[in-house]
Amino acid sequence: MKSDNSSDKNGCSCTIGTAGSDRRSFLKGLSIAAAAGSAALATGCVPSVEAAAPEKMKLRWQEFFKDNYRLMTQEEKEATIARLERLAKLQDNLDIQMSSEPPIERVLYGYAFNISRCEGFMECVSACVRENNLDRKTNTQYIRIFEMEPGKLDPSTGDGRYYHKVPVENKFYMGTQCFHCENAPCTKACPIKATWMEPDGIVVVDYDWCIGCRYCQAACPYYGRRFNWGKPEIPKDEITTRQHYLGNRIRPKGKMEKCTFCIQRTRVGRLPACVEACPTGSRVFGNLLDPESEIRFVLKHKKVFRMKEELGTEPKFWYFID
Amino acid sequence: MRAVQERNLKTFFIDVIRWNLQGSYGFRIFRVILLIFMGLGVYAYSFQARYGLEVTGMNDIVSWGFYISNFTFLVGVAAAAVMLILPAYVFHDPDFHRVVIIGEGVAVGALIMCLTFILVDLGGPLQAWHLIPVIGIFNFPSSILAWDVLVLNGYLLLNALVPAYILYSHYRGRKADERKYRPFVFLSIFWAFSIHMVTAFLYQGLPARPFWNNPLLGPRFLASAFAAGPALITLVLAVIHSSTSYKIDRSVFNKLRLIIVISAIINLIMLFSEIFKEFYFPTHHSSSAVYLFFGMDGHTSLVPWIWTSVCVNLLATLVLAFNPGKNNPKVLLPACLFLFVAIWMEKGIGLIVPGLIPSPLGEVVDYLPTWVELFVTLGIFALGITVVTWLIRAALIIEQSYNPNAS
Repeated sequence: MKSDNSSDKNGCSCTIGTAGSDRRSFLKGLSIAAAAGSAALATGCVPSVEAAAPEKMKLRWQEFFKDNYRLMTQEEKEATIARLERLAKLQDNLDIQMSSEPPIERVLYGYAFNISRCEGFMECVSACVRENNLDRKTNTQYIRIFEMEPGKLDPSTGDGRYYHKVPVENKFYMGTQCFHCENAPCTKACPIKATWMEPDGIVVVDYDWCIGCRYCQAACPYYGRRFNWGKPEIPKDEITTRQHYLGNRIRPKGKMEKCTFCIQRTRVGRLPACVEACPTGSRVFGNLLDPESEIRFVLKHKKVFRMKEELGTEPKFWYFID
Repeated sequence: MRAVQERNLKTFFIDVIRWNLQGSYGFRIFRVILLIFMGLGVYAYSFQARYGLEVTGMNDIVSWGFYISNFTFLVGVAAAAVMLILPAYVFHDPDFHRVVIIGEGVAVGALIMCLTFILVDLGGPLQAWHLIPVIGIFNFPSSILAWDVLVLNGYLLLNALVPAYILYSHYRGRKADERKYRPFVFLSIFWAFSIHMVTAFLYQGLPARPFWNNPLLGPRFLASAFAAGPALITLVLAVIHSSTSYKIDRSVFNKLRLIIVISAIINLIMLFSEIFKEFYFPTHHSSSAVYLFFGMDGHTSLVPWIWTSVCVNLLATLVLAFNPGKNNPKVLLPACLFLFVAIWMEKGIGLIVPGLIPSPLGEVVDYLPTWVELFVTLGIFALGITVVTWLIRAALIIEQSYNPNAS
């Protein structure tokens, strides 16, 4: 179960075809030339304190010429992760542990949200912000909670900016986030395959391959994507240092990001931060391929529905009523 | 003027640069003003490069703004060159044959502006090489944006190389071999329609945005382009006619007026059809149109904008259609200018921004471009005008002094 299978399943390798190897060697040549150039620069300097600057330069050059994550070999993935960890140390004196954990076989993640139980405390939102290193300056949030009038089921009729004591009598609450559509309009829109669905059903973004054109954001019918308009700012003591390359690592400016079902947690068997934080048990997460899972129980025994079903996007996110 | 045997590709480029650096006092001041605007644009962009797109007025809800609006409009201006190429080469209209090169110059300038607008809108412009086929990855054919990159660059090549070949032949004192470039001219005619249809499909193909997800968008793009583009070309031809010795025949203006009027009327009919659909029986898919024309939840920033555009558009079309001044350029030229501006307002900001408002989750915000966006845009316009004037100046000098078939 090496992570190369992620590229095969998504039909990426076939479109690259024979040009792939040429392209790969070309890129490699570029990055080697770049590294050699910056290494020459480095040896020209006096080692010791200033040595960090040329090293940083060299790492940045190599990062600049690296490939799309889906086309990387396992060694290349490990190399870029080592570079990113080292850069975090050099630039911000951060000790991060980044992973390239591949998808678990025979797993397809799904999510269900109990609208009769949620009381709008937004514990999920703050847990998500902390876990995923979201920008505090612009107050980026993957999860939105809408306070809804009875008789309505469309969040656009609800209040997404409520700020008062909850729960309010005769109101109910509806959460939205990326729904990880099986037929996702965002991945279809991306001109450079910087966003795709992994074999375990998680729609991810390669933050370093993204060029920031924001076509995917225009294509998303659920407002599931967020853009880094500036450099994200997170207080240093609040940074989650256990990171995943496709998940909660700190995004560069000018790149798209989104909910990844907490890929850094779920691929090692933990629950997403929002599910764990929910005090009312409104959030259900699990493996859709496992008939014994809680999510399958919900889908079988509860009245479920999905948002904007008519668009045919096939979200893997269901709302249900007790 | 060099002797015929001394002229080669190197002297061609040297001469083009020389002609453009020389010129009258007024011409040089014009060049300096353009340079100043481009400098301001670079200065404004330096903020964006340092701090990211947060220095613009865009946000997660209005994620495309002034840049993409101008891009969309200018694709139409570029496509409109076909309205000169088609009569000149397909119907062998001798009047249009003389001005077709000017239309192609305008198209090249518009395309360079389009590509620059895309580049400044990118969050990671340094990663733009990911878009280059072979060394990057191209999500083809599924992403319409990938198609758009292809058709825009292809059209730029066609519109730059065909005139370059013709001019270079004339420069060398030879006749351009029509058998060689004719296939490319026909290709460019189809290509012109494709650049604008593909750009429309960029928006039309998004079910997430009901305001754009409308089969009329592509045809309406063409109609508005064939009104606004020839209107601009009319203005450019008028400037050339009055400020150079290259005289444009009156019949060219009359024929262009006809093209503009027909396209503008078709455009207005389609606009009316859209408005009818949105407001006769409004559904939740009409909320963008409601926001645009009447405002929503106290957010009304686009309401005066769109009504100004619609009224000016209507008036200018009427003036061009009924021709009250009896072909008086003092009436027709301002009408062309107003029509151009009205379509720019409606098809730029008036199309892109409301498509994103309200957000898919129903949130309404207003969008206002910041000074950075305004100055970067001004800089790009200055760049486009510079490109157009360089090309046209070189073309006119060659056509007048070097062309062996010139009268």
